[in-house]
Amino acid sequence: QDNRISLWSADDLGNVGLNGEYHGEPHLLCDIQHNGDVMDMQFLDQERIVVASSTGTVTIFRHHQNNQTLSANHRWERAHYHVDQDTACGGAACTGLVCNNPEIVTVGEDGRINLFRADQKDAVRTIDNADSSTLHAVTFLRTTEILTVNSIGQLKIWDLRQQRNEPSQIFSLAGDRVPLHCVDRHPNQQHIVATGGQDGMLSIWDIRQGTMPVSLLNAHEAE
Amino acid sequence: PTQVVPGADPSARQLCFAWGPAEVLVCETRFGRAARSRSRSRSRSRALTGSVADTGEGAPGSSRVFVVRRDQDIYIRTLRKLFNESHGIFMGLQRSEEELAGKSRKAQLVQVSKNYRSVIRACMEDMHQAAVSTRDPALQGQYSTQVSILSAMELIWNLCEILFVEAAAAGPLLLRLLDWVRLHVCDVDSMVREVLSSENPSKHKLFWNVVDVFVLQGRMEEARHLLSKEVTANPTSMNMYKILDDLMKKMPMPSLGNTQTLTELELKWQHWHEECQRFLQDGTFASNPHMESICKILVGDEDAILEKKELMTTWYHFLVTRLLYSHPTVKPMELRFYAQSSMDLFLGGESSPEPLDMILMAAFEFEMHQVIKECSIVLSNWWFVAHLTDLLDHCKLLQSHNLYFGSNMREFLLLEYASGLFSHHSLWQLGVDYFDHCPEFGRVYLELHIERIPLNTEQKALKVLRICEQRQMHEQVRSICKIMAMKALRNNRLGSALSWSIRAKDAAFATLISDRFLKDYCERGCFSDLDLIDNLGPSMLLSDRLTFLGKYREFHRLYGEKRFPEAARLLLTLMTAHIAPCSFWMTLLTDALPLLEQKEIIFSAEQTYELMRCLEDLTAGNADKQKFQEDDVETTKVEMLRLALARNLARVIVKEGTVEGS
Repeated sequence: QDNRISLWSADDLGNVGLNGEYHGEPHLLCDIQHNGDVMDMQFLDQERIVVASSTGTVTIFRHHQNNQTLSANHRWERAHYHVDQDTACGGAACTGLVCNNPEIVTVGEDGRINLFRADQKDAVRTIDNADSSTLHAVTFLRTTEILTVNSIGQLKIWDLRQQRNEPSQIFSLAGDRVPLHCVDRHPNQQHIVATGGQDGMLSIWDIRQGTMPVSLLNAHEAE
Repeated sequence: PTQVVPGADPSARQLCFAWGPAEVLVCETRFGRAARSRSRSRSRSRALTGSVADTGEGAPGSSRVFVVRRDQDIYIRTLRKLFNESHGIFMGLQRSEEELAGKSRKAQLVQVSKNYRSVIRACMEDMHQAAVSTRDPALQGQYSTQVSILSAMELIWNLCEILFVEAAAAGPLLLRLLDWVRLHVCDVDSMVREVLSSENPSKHKLFWNVVDVFVLQGRMEEARHLLSKEVTANPTSMNMYKILDDLMKKMPMPSLGNTQTLTELELKWQHWHEECQRFLQDGTFASNPHMESICKILVGDEDAILEKKELMTTWYHFLVTRLLYSHPTVKPMELRFYAQSSMDLFLGGESSPEPLDMILMAAFEFEMHQVIKECSIVLSNWWFVAHLTDLLDHCKLLQSHNLYFGSNMREFLLLEYASGLFSHHSLWQLGVDYFDHCPEFGRVYLELHIERIPLNTEQKALKVLRICEQRQMHEQVRSICKIMAMKALRNNRLGSALSWSIRAKDAAFATLISDRFLKDYCERGCFSDLDLIDNLGPSMLLSDRLTFLGKYREFHRLYGEKRFPEAARLLLTLMTAHIAPCSFWMTLLTDALPLLEQKEIIFSAEQTYELMRCLEDLTAGNADKQKFQEDDVETTKVEMLRLALARNLARVIVKEGTVEGS
């Protein structure tokens, strides 16, 4: 397989048309080979990009601005894997990650949550078996709390300050346990969270009150 | 057709092979020489390349395994654009309005054809760039070969567009053919550029060559322009020049609009032709051989035109020039005669026609099936023939030709092309759409292929499932979900496994997973994955066992919250409503013990009788088994239960019998 991470430059925004549409064409700055499918990626800071792979590896790439190249800076090889390699059936993909320099949180098909620091070789903290199903996405709620969504339709809050490996709160939809695929937090109001489900349903949650979503919107036909 | 696998020697070792979804594995066995060679691959294989993988183990003189791959082209990165873009055009064509009749439909189809060609050209550009920028000579060679293949494809497609899709009539036909030649015969372009950009073009040694090129390609304006430069430098030939210029100016050409009929054009042309001939016979140009040869070309003198072979480079250029100057109102059906003779005259017995020449000849003869057949043989990939045939089919030009396989030519080619795409890790998604548009066998092929896509991440599985669900392919949905659930189960991801069986509505698997959970509970005394079991919701109803699991967990929760009467009621329901499997009754009864031993009375008389009945049912069933009676732990349990039940009964009868009195 030939997968690549590419960095593009969108021409300066002077190219914006009447309706605010972007008119220019992005052009390729540099790219680098990547092992496995790219499941998720995010900028860590101005120069570094963290990438989650379907092989269960998490890699930090550095963008060298002077000669426009990308290079692999650091790699956590078995960030996500299935225990008991003898009976394990295939690898576990890393499905999502979120950065808050210098911390990186990753989640994967193995139901594991990892907390990395950009400069440290090993994981700062690993919550094994955080979930019995696949974790699809993760995001920061506060600097010490994260939100995860999984494939049985649950939204969980984890407090990283606490040592116990249990979520501090679990939310789920009434009705069918539709897998949730993505999650994000309201930029200004910290207690409002949105999740996207496999059936195309967008749910808005208020985490201060109750375990039910505040509103449901039928956004798309499918995930 | 047979294909030799390099390195495999059937005379030395017997070979065996196995089919895979995209490849054939050929392997050397330990056995000696076979009577028959077995290195032949099936006739439907396309460009096969072999690569040697050393197994390192096996018989002395290690045997090797060859991976023989069917279609290498889909892995070439630069061709990806070709596949993606042409897919878009293909889909657009399938969905386009069938109701548009006549001219507008034809215009639409011609536009589609042009789109395909522009995609081929864009790909050619990319490939050319890649060839120029790479430093690896092997890669460079590969890219260059691809460029020439693409260029040939565009040449053929363009001709098919003119002759079949647009079906240009006499008159416009010639103009289209002229355009075609000008576009594709590029060997002379650099020479033309050189002369035009030089300071004094008329002094350039190749000057007359360039003038000839313009005349041969019917580019009169440009030819006259150059000639005028020559005359200003050489005023003695002013008279000759004036005459020649005049002739060239007056030359009647077919027009695209309906400004003149064919007969009018023919008449005018006859006139003009005779005039040219007169000047030639009068010896007007005798003193200037260059100008004389140009005039000879104008009257369509075959020998004069043939002299300029080097400038034309191909026989089809020769054909078009010949037609331009001897029969500009040629009808499409007359092309074949001119084509054959042109090729013979041009090649002159020195060289034999190449595959490309044969394909173009078939096109000029309007033998569409022949064109497709020849292209299929020569090209290494079904892309070209599949898309071209589909377009021709939309033009209603292909008679439905029933092949042995029951489908028509178009469907056969599309099926082959799409099957090839399925062996690619991401281009398979394009293949799905192609199968959708094969009415007879598309669905069957899709069903078979889609189950065999390797699913290495959940995301890919979801994509595949989405495709199956959209097409109501329920069997495949079940099958894929089962595979994913099984994988998850093996990796001990019980929640994932359950999530997959819910999606497939697979009750049997849900039962399997619940049994796993219950087994874990019995072994460890506590539940794993509480977050899953506590939050089953309505999916609990998928299977009885799952319902039991959920309810049983609820019982434990109620007990933990000290809501004993509710817990007791639930426990009883689990047994009496037969939700619990018989194997679990003992455990349930044992769970009832602490409730019976509580200070306050929890079970009513009725309930106690029920419990006793359950216990008796259980022990009666097991009375036959010798082992049961010998098992001390079991007998102790039963005794304790009986005692507890009796005690509870006693207490409750007293309590219920007591009148709440003063």
